[in-house]
Formats: sequence, C-alpha cells, structure tokens
Amino acid sequence: MSSVTLKSITKSFKTVQAVKELSLDIQKGEFFTFLGPSGCGKTTTLRMIAGFYYPTTGSIFFGDREMTKVAPEKRNTGMVFQNYALFPHMTVFENVAFGLKVRKLASAEVKKRVEEALAKVRLDAFTKRQVSQLSGGQQQRVALARSLVIQPEILLLDEPLSNLDARLRDEMRTEILRLQRDYGITTIYVTHDQIEALSMSDRIAVFNAGECQQIGTPKEIYNEPANDFVASFIGETNLIPVQLEGREGGTLQFSWVEDNSKKLMAERPAAFSEEELLSVSIRPEAVEVFEEPPVNLQNVYEGTIELAQFTGASLNLFISLGGKVVQAMVLNTMAHPEPEPGDRVWVRLPEFRVRVVPRVMEPKEGRRIS
Amino acid sequence: MKNRDHRFTLLLLIPVVLVLVAYVLYPSLRTLIESFQNKEGWSGGNYADFFGSESRSNLQALWNSVYISLLSVFFSALIGVPLAFIFNKYEFPGRSFFSSAAILPIVLPSLVGVMAFMFLYGESGLVPNAIKDLFGLTNIPFKIGGVSGILIVHAYTMYVYFYMTVSSTIRSIDPSLEEAAYNLGAGRLTVFTKVTLPLLTPAIVGASLLVFMTSMASFSAPFLLAGGFRVLSLQIYFSKVNGNLSMAATQSVILSIVSISFLLFMRWYQNRRDYRMATKGIGAHRSEIKNPFLKGLMVAVGVVGVIILLLPHMTILILSLVPDGTWTYQTYPSVFNGENYLFLFTEPKIWDPVRNSLILAFLATLGNLVFGVLTSYVLVKRKFVGKNMLDIMVMLPWALPATVVGMNLVLAFNESSVFTFGHILVGTFWILPLAYFIRHIPLVVRSTNATLEQLDDSLEEAARNLGAKWFYLFRRVVLPLVMPGVMAGTLLAFVEAVGEFPTSVLLYTLGNRPISIEIMNQLRMFNMGQAAAYGMIQISLIGLVLFISNKFFGIKAERSL
Repeated sequence: MSSVTLKSITKSFKTVQAVKELSLDIQKGEFFTFLGPSGCGKTTTLRMIAGFYYPTTGSIFFGDREMTKVAPEKRNTGMVFQNYALFPHMTVFENVAFGLKVRKLASAEVKKRVEEALAKVRLDAFTKRQVSQLSGGQQQRVALARSLVIQPEILLLDEPLSNLDARLRDEMRTEILRLQRDYGITTIYVTHDQIEALSMSDRIAVFNAGECQQIGTPKEIYNEPANDFVASFIGETNLIPVQLEGREGGTLQFSWVEDNSKKLMAERPAAFSEEELLSVSIRPEAVEVFEEPPVNLQNVYEGTIELAQFTGASLNLFISLGGKVVQAMVLNTMAHPEPEPGDRVWVRLPEFRVRVVPRVMEPKEGRRIS
Repeated sequence: MKNRDHRFTLLLLIPVVLVLVAYVLYPSLRTLIESFQNKEGWSGGNYADFFGSESRSNLQALWNSVYISLLSVFFSALIGVPLAFIFNKYEFPGRSFFSSAAILPIVLPSLVGVMAFMFLYGESGLVPNAIKDLFGLTNIPFKIGGVSGILIVHAYTMYVYFYMTVSSTIRSIDPSLEEAAYNLGAGRLTVFTKVTLPLLTPAIVGASLLVFMTSMASFSAPFLLAGGFRVLSLQIYFSKVNGNLSMAATQSVILSIVSISFLLFMRWYQNRRDYRMATKGIGAHRSEIKNPFLKGLMVAVGVVGVIILLLPHMTILILSLVPDGTWTYQTYPSVFNGENYLFLFTEPKIWDPVRNSLILAFLATLGNLVFGVLTSYVLVKRKFVGKNMLDIMVMLPWALPATVVGMNLVLAFNESSVFTFGHILVGTFWILPLAYFIRHIPLVVRSTNATLEQLDDSLEEAARNLGAKWFYLFRRVVLPLVMPGVMAGTLLAFVEAVGEFPTSVLLYTLGNRPISIEIMNQLRMFNMGQAAAYGMIQISLIGLVLFISNKFFGIKAERSL
C-alpha cells in the first residue's frame, strides 16, 4: 500500500496536450476517482501511473520513491482494464496465476493464493473454465482477482463497469468497494459516470480538457462545485448568469444578466476574482415552488409551468420565468390538485442554497440555461 | 410462406449443386475409378505398383514432396514471421512502403518467378557471376538448382502466407493484453512467450498448413529446377505425358489424400482454437523506434529486403530487353532493345498467346463471379440440409493440387458425357476456361462469404418489409454491400488465371495455348528474351489489375488470399 503523488504532470501527444500541469496527492488506502467526460485526460493520467506512458514533464511518486520512468512491470500496480484484457488462451486459474508465476512463487503457494483470490470474488467454482465461457460480470471479477492477487501497492481501475448492464453495474460497484475495504488498498478509479464516482469515492478529481477542475469529497463536489463545469457535469443543475451588484456582510447581491430587474441574494460563493464572469448554480431539488406568492422571502420570481414530468418519486417541473426556464424537483406527495402545465407559480431560489460559480464554459454549453 | 421459402432455396441450390457435381465431384470420382483399373478391369494393382519395391521412384517422389514441403514451411516462417513483427510492431521511416512491398511475390506468376530465379542465382546466374567477377574468384561462389533451388523459390513465394496471416493477427491482438501482462510484472521475454506467441499460434499453424499444402502441390518450381529430382506433382505430369493414365490417376489420388487430410486437419484446428478478441476498436500502438542506430538498421533491412524482393521482377524486365541470339556465351548480356516487344505488333503469331490468356481468364472469371456469388449467398443466408457437404465440395478444388485438377479433367472429359452435352472437351478450347474456373471457385466463394457473413439479416428483412421482391432486394441491397468482397475474390481469380501454369500444361491445345505455355516453349527453344517479354506482359497485366482495383475500387485483392 502506498500513497501516490503527481507533481505538475503534462503529457503531450504530437501536438495535442492530453494532460496539463496536473498535481495530485492521493492518500494511503484512499479510494480516489478521476471523473470527467471522454477525452478529458483521465485515462491518460491513469496510464502514466501504470507506466504505459511517460509524462512529457513532471514527476510521479509512490510514497517517496520516484516512479516517473520506471517500467510498468516494475511498479507493482494492479490494473483492471476497461475491456478486462483477460488472456483468451488461458483458463480462469491461469489468468489469475499469471502475475504470481511471473514472481516465481512456489506452485503450492500460487494455488493457495489464486484460490483465495477467486473465493474472494466468488468464482471458486469456475477455476477450470476458459474465460470465453464466462459472462461479462464474471470476466470482470476474474480481472479484479488477477490484479488483486499480486498484492499491488496501488489498484488502478479504468472504467471497469462501462461494459456491464445496469443491474450488474450496481452489483459490481458494491463488490469492488467491499474488496477495496477488505484489502485496504490505495485505489484509483477512472469513470465518466457521476453516480459511480459519488457513491464509491473518498475523494474525486473532476477533469475537463486535460485540466483538473476540482478535487474534493463527493459532498464537496456536489454541494460546493468550483465552477459551472463541475456544477453541471455532476448532477442536474440550473445555471443563471449573474453580475455582482454589492455586498452586505456575508451576503452578495446580484442581478440577472438577461434581466437586470431581477435581483438575487447568495450566501455561498465559490472562490472567484473580480474580472471573472459569474453564474449561480442551483440544484432542482433546492428550488422551492409555491402556488401563492410567499411573504417575507427573498429570491422569489413569478413564472408559468411549461412541462411537468412524473418520474415516480418526484415531479420534474420546467418553469418559465419570463424567458428563462428553471427546472424544479418536488417530491411526489400525492397532493391534489397536482401542478400542471399552464399553472401560475412562484419560484424561490433559497439564498443559502444558491452557489455562485465562475463561468468557465461557453454559454451555449451550459445545459438548462436557455 | 415457409414452403415457398424452401422451394426458392431449392431453386437456388439446383444450379450450384449441378455445377459442383458435374465439374468437381464427377471428375474426382473418375480419377478414383481410373486408379483402380488396369487392362483386365478392376484391380488394386496400381497401388501395389506405387508402393511396390521394384519401382522405388514413386515412393521416393512422395517422400521428397513431403520433406521439401516441411523445409518450405520452416524457411517461409523464418522470413515471414519476423517481417510481420517488424512491420506491425514498430514505427520507422518508410514502414508502410516496405510493408506493402513485402507482398510483391504475389504479383509474380509462378513460372515467371522460377525463371527469374534461374537467371539470377542459377549456374550462369547474374548474381553468382557478378560476385565472382567482383571479387576475382575462379569459380562462382554458389548456385541454386535441384532441392536448394526449389526451396529458395518456395520460401520467396510462400513466406507471404506467414507474413499476411501473422500480420493480421498481430493487428487484431488487443494491446491491453500485453499491457496487462506488463502490469502484472512480466518482462519483455515473458510477455512474448506467454502471451504474444500463444495468441499467434493459430495464425502460425494455419499458415504452416497452407504452405505445406501449397508446396506439396507446387509444380512450376520442380518443373524447371528439379533436374533429376522427383516430386509427386511432377510424377503425375510425367505419367500422363508417357500415356500411363492409370498410374497418373493413382498418383493423383495419393497426392489428393495427403492434401485433403491436411485441409481437414486445418479446419478442425481452426475451429478448435479461435480466440475471438472481445474488444471494442482499440488501434494497435506501434512503438516508435527512437534509437537512431536501430532506426537506421530497420530502414537498411527494409531497403535490402525490397531490393531482394524486386530483383526477380527486374531480371525479367532486363532479360525481356535482350534480343534473342545476342546473349550466348557471354557472362552478361550486351545488347538491349525493344525488339521482343516489337514482335508482338508485327507478328500476329506472337500476339496469339496474350489474346488467348486474356480470353481464357475473362471467361473463367466471369463464371467464377456468377457462380461464386450465388453459391456464397446460398451457403451463408439460406438454411438447408447438407450445407456442410456443399461447403466441403466448394473447398475441394482448393485442397486439390492443380496437377490433380488437371488430371481429373483429362480423365473425366476425354470421352463424351452428359455434363458436356455429349461433347469431348479434352483437346478443345473450352477445357482450359473450365479448368481455371474450377481452380478458382473457392477464391470467390470465400471472399464473398466473408463480407456476406457481416451483412445483417435485418437489412434483407427491412427490404422485404418495404415490399421488395427477392431479385430486387438482391440486386439493390445485398449485391452493392458485398461488392468489395466479391470484387476482391474475382480480381484475384483473374490474376491467378492469367498466371496459371500446371493445369495449362496438362490441357492446352495449339489453338488456346496461354502465355505460360508460350513461355515454356520459348524457354525450350532458348529464346530467353522472348520468354521474358511474355513474362513482363503477364506481370504488367497482373499489376494493372491489382493497381486498378486498389485505386478505383479501394479493394485490396490480396486480402482474400
């Protein structure tokens, strides 16, 4: 088990910069996730840690040992590939035993350890099978056992669940987490799936276009996004471009860019500088909806319901506030009458739940703005 | 509906089965029957003669064929496998040029290739003599002939099988498999022996069997180079020329048994070990060579390799420019001009073989195209009893050595039969296009199969659903989609037909003699220049077809090998 430190890593392929000036500290035993859309540099970073790529500049440390240019076979990392990369000409047992045989362990010891590992992933009945005879989830677990059996210092998982169907994915998520806790192993997990990232990780690094946008616990990432990209990539959100008008103690006063007459108070700003353009982000579940105008409350706007989607546990309302559509999620309380398109409502964006974030995306990329 | 479907399948099957029975199965059976006949009637006497102690020559020939084939496999692998590795695993300047040059031997018709080797490395060959003069030796340092000659020609032409099958497997191996092995702590050697090599084994075994079969059947190289050395394919020809048809039939049967058992073994092996790569498209990484010394070495190896590969083509070109009668006792030719080509236009007799070859190849290939598409469609998209039988019958001409195909036709059609509408085909024009057609059935069927299998059944169903009748949907939906595969096979069949020698030499007549036969005749008269000029015409025809297909249809004909 070992910590991992990346010191201002950059990786260029010909003219493309896949990773830019990335610095990270991953603690011993931590479950750390690289989250981002495809092509954001997360897999490239993982492959640099595994040793399949060498960084163009910067350095990599496991604990206090520099690993930047060490060959992949000398790093003692256990990697699970997106397509599992099981050796098709070997049985399940031979696949798992491969790393141990390379380490020249006695065959009795190999057998014992392989059987233990296969028992851990609940595949002890399948040792003699050819890998092609296994289902996707079973192949996934062979790949896990194969990388865990060598007792790696770091477990590297490259989108391991993306080839599985939804049900299996849920199952394997718990399985991976259980194994990780069992072995207490430092784990780096690459995914583009926000649910996986939020539910499994100790900490998450959100990537976009080769740059790390934010590092934090799942709660920090969701509740206190550092910018509008993080806010909209993780979970649903409403983004409203605003401009700063003044301050009053801890409260900031804004007006809407699209409609100066609409004012907005916010208590939870992210770090931003004077010259940055700003938006407020508010999650649909934080938006309050009233049938009558509420009294003595701030950030209240009048609007009309354009669309009501029933999703079972909740109702998604798309409410037009004079051109701007805001999404609100209200719990299904079986209230009568139910909100319907055309209804006049009052929307409140509570000042303690709006998050002010600097704008890094082009306005057109911001979902839910129009 | 179900009944109508069945009836339709039957309708499609009838012509396919008829053609196969008439021209593949029936001739083979005729040979088998003939091998059990002698003057008195039924007897196993021919086999007793073959294996008998008094005529050792047959057994000797069989043994020679086998050991030459084994050595051919070894040498072809020795060249083909490392080349495939170098060209697919590493990136260096000129890589893509060298890798396409590596399949050049395909563009060399067998007889022309052997001829080129004779003039290059033989007794009075250019290379040994050049070395002798360059270093002032008293004797030539080496020469090829007999076994060594056959082996070198085989290695030169057959390493391509190894090169191509191993290359395509290397490209299909998921790079993450090797990465996984490295990640688990394996070094380069372990990764190679435990992961890469086992994954390549099916390709290597497949290529080995292919080379073994091809060299068992090889005719042109022994024909020109063997001298007194006997191989089985050549024995068949001698028996036929000496008029001992029963013995020729017996030898054909034995050679066929060896070849067919290898074909069956190959099918069994390939079905047993098929590692399908369960991977979404990940491009193979080629590691770029950074070390400038190594880079230079790779390029040098590539350049030397290409020169060696091109030497035969060059030799033919140079020889074709030497007028006949000007190169007799001299070590090197001294007079060069275009006289041999000029004759083509001034003397109509010289133009005849070229025209013959084109007509014969065109007719045979047309037949292959129509028959191949129909057969392939029935095999891939229709359900019926006995499909496996039909499949084996289609592949039979591929397993049968060319000499045997020729003998089968001689024995079957030297008398009138229902399949020839009461005509005797041997000695007529039509026997050669028929022979070419039979030889190349599997080529077109296999390449069409490959694309047809990719074709989703729902496309046909969608066309049906939109109201298209079968013929319409076949013409507008199926055919356009499988055209690349069909054309690849058809063009290769044409190329092979233009170069075909073994069946030609058994079946030609004065009226329909193709280029290959004329080359042989010119060689016998020591008209090297004229022979080489014919060779150049063959090479250009083949090159032209491959070039056009590549340029205008984007088809790599060599893919369907």
